[in-house]
Amino acid sequence: MVIAIDPELNQLSKEECERRLETFEGRIARGDKVEPTDWMPQEYRNQLIRLIHVHANSEICGALPEGKWIPHAPSFKRKMALLAKVQDEVGHAQLLYRAAETLGASREQMIEDLISGKSKFSNVFHYPADIWTDVAIIAWLIDGAAIVNQMMMSDGSYGPYSRALKRICYEEAFHLKHGYEMVVTIAQGTKMQREMLQDSLDRWWPPIMMFHGPADKVSKHTSMLVQWGVKLKTNDEQRQQFLRQFVPKMLDLGLKIPDPNLRLDKETGDWLYTEPDWDEFKRVINGGGPVSGDRVATRKLAHEEGRWVREALSAAAANQPIPMPTMTV
Amino acid sequence: MIATMETLNDLDAPTKSAVIDLLYRLADDAIIIGHRGSEWTGFAPILEEDIAFSSMAQDDMGHALTFYQMLHELGEPDPDTNVFGRKLEQWKCASLVSLCSKRDWAKSLVRKYFYDVAESLRLESLAQGSLVPLAQLARKLSSEKKYHLMHGHMWMPRLGQGTDESHQLMQDAVDTLYPHALGMFESTGADDLLDQAGIFLREDELRKRWVAAVDKVLGESSLKINAKASPVYGGRSGKHPDDLATLLDGMQLVYKLDPSAKW
Ligand SMILES: [Fe+2]
Ligand SMILES: [Fe+2]
Repeated sequence: MVIAIDPELNQLSKEECERRLETFEGRIARGDKVEPTDWMPQEYRNQLIRLIHVHANSEICGALPEGKWIPHAPSFKRKMALLAKVQDEVGHAQLLYRAAETLGASREQMIEDLISGKSKFSNVFHYPADIWTDVAIIAWLIDGAAIVNQMMMSDGSYGPYSRALKRICYEEAFHLKHGYEMVVTIAQGTKMQREMLQDSLDRWWPPIMMFHGPADKVSKHTSMLVQWGVKLKTNDEQRQQFLRQFVPKMLDLGLKIPDPNLRLDKETGDWLYTEPDWDEFKRVINGGGPVSGDRVATRKLAHEEGRWVREALSAAAANQPIPMPTMTV
Repeated sequence: MIATMETLNDLDAPTKSAVIDLLYRLADDAIIIGHRGSEWTGFAPILEEDIAFSSMAQDDMGHALTFYQMLHELGEPDPDTNVFGRKLEQWKCASLVSLCSKRDWAKSLVRKYFYDVAESLRLESLAQGSLVPLAQLARKLSSEKKYHLMHGHMWMPRLGQGTDESHQLMQDAVDTLYPHALGMFESTGADDLLDQAGIFLREDELRKRWVAAVDKVLGESSLKINAKASPVYGGRSGKHPDDLATLLDGMQLVYKLDPSAKW
């Protein structure tokens, strides 16, 4: 499928549009990275801003279900590791906001859009983390699913986003290790611990199966992003890669995957599964999930509570620079 | 001339229990302030501060852990049992570090700053002290503390002088927390022994140094202190505000499901 770009949106003649698009697509085909000062179709810019913005929102909102459990972590090791992990996720948001800024988006506006409910975030963070073992499942399987997506995107065509993702993936590898180690420890624990873990998996499995987005036959955003080398695999391909990587490990640990239709197709090596409920997915990412409202409200409250601090900082910066007080200790 | 003690085994019984008392105060203050700091992860006024508070909280928890490990070497319970299994009245932290359950940026900053100045002075004193393992540890930890102090020194004048609103909120925080900060220097039965053994300065001496350092920075930040404020004591002998009780209930929640379980 060939995508034409809109002359009006790009403020160019039809001929100029076609000429530039050909060069642009030629560069992408050669594997060149697109850099902020390069010409790019407005459509590419808009789609990327949308994509990076949703990704940044997801990192920020993703900090909430896990962050909630930092005060309750049951050992020094877990407490410090979980704190470091959630800190990383906030750092990812910061990196992604910067990548989006190179395309002309503003951080302040992106945060406003998140807390007014205008922009979206990943479906999985619309669900609550009710018990400690949820934190293990999240760090292992959701970070695992995210790595599949982000590794693929890190080879994408837009330079700043691809570089941010490389760094993010490097840190995500630690999250995955931390998650897997927790799951393994709990799976080898007492009956109560194993039941808690299974309960977590039962609740998180359906949202995790939706994580990579609607099935290819219904996904509307995919084609343009694929054509311009932002997205190198389809949603279903990513889901399949995730299943191949994680299902055998889950079964090894004695976990029961709550899908009666899940089985391996020996010929293709693919996992067959019950098609996720895409109506639920749509409802959830549009703010109709179990804790969608809470997530947005929490971010909004934090933003508003911090307003006086940001105002004081800009006031202080506008007055002459305040010298650092003399350090006597 | 004070003799140096190369290992923890060189401590005689009374000095050993004074060191244990001191280590509990250091460790308990550090884990609780770290816990409070970690409450900002995901909620700070700017993303940069989410990250700064999280990393300082990790340092503070890390410091606590090394103190608890030393306590374990001295025959006390292992760090996890100590932190996640200990009862409220067995804690020895000052009220300052546990106060203010509600998210309040001004109080959190001031609380952290007051603590960091005290902690730096304590580490400095330990680093020059006669108990070698503790002196070595203190030197290592104080290099990390420098960043914490810089962070406080960056924020105090910016918020103290930023806007009328920020000035007022910071002044309220100082008014509320200053008496509790003085309470960090509550003297205990260990003071004389530690001083005589050359391990650690007396609390009243540390307090003098702390007041001088803090007064100067607050003055440069347009914040006033109440010179007549009297210290809030009790933490060092196990009398704590409700904030600590609530904090411990939360912190020990999962651990207490089954203290023998590994998570
Ligand atoms: Fe992340
Ligand atoms: Fe992660």
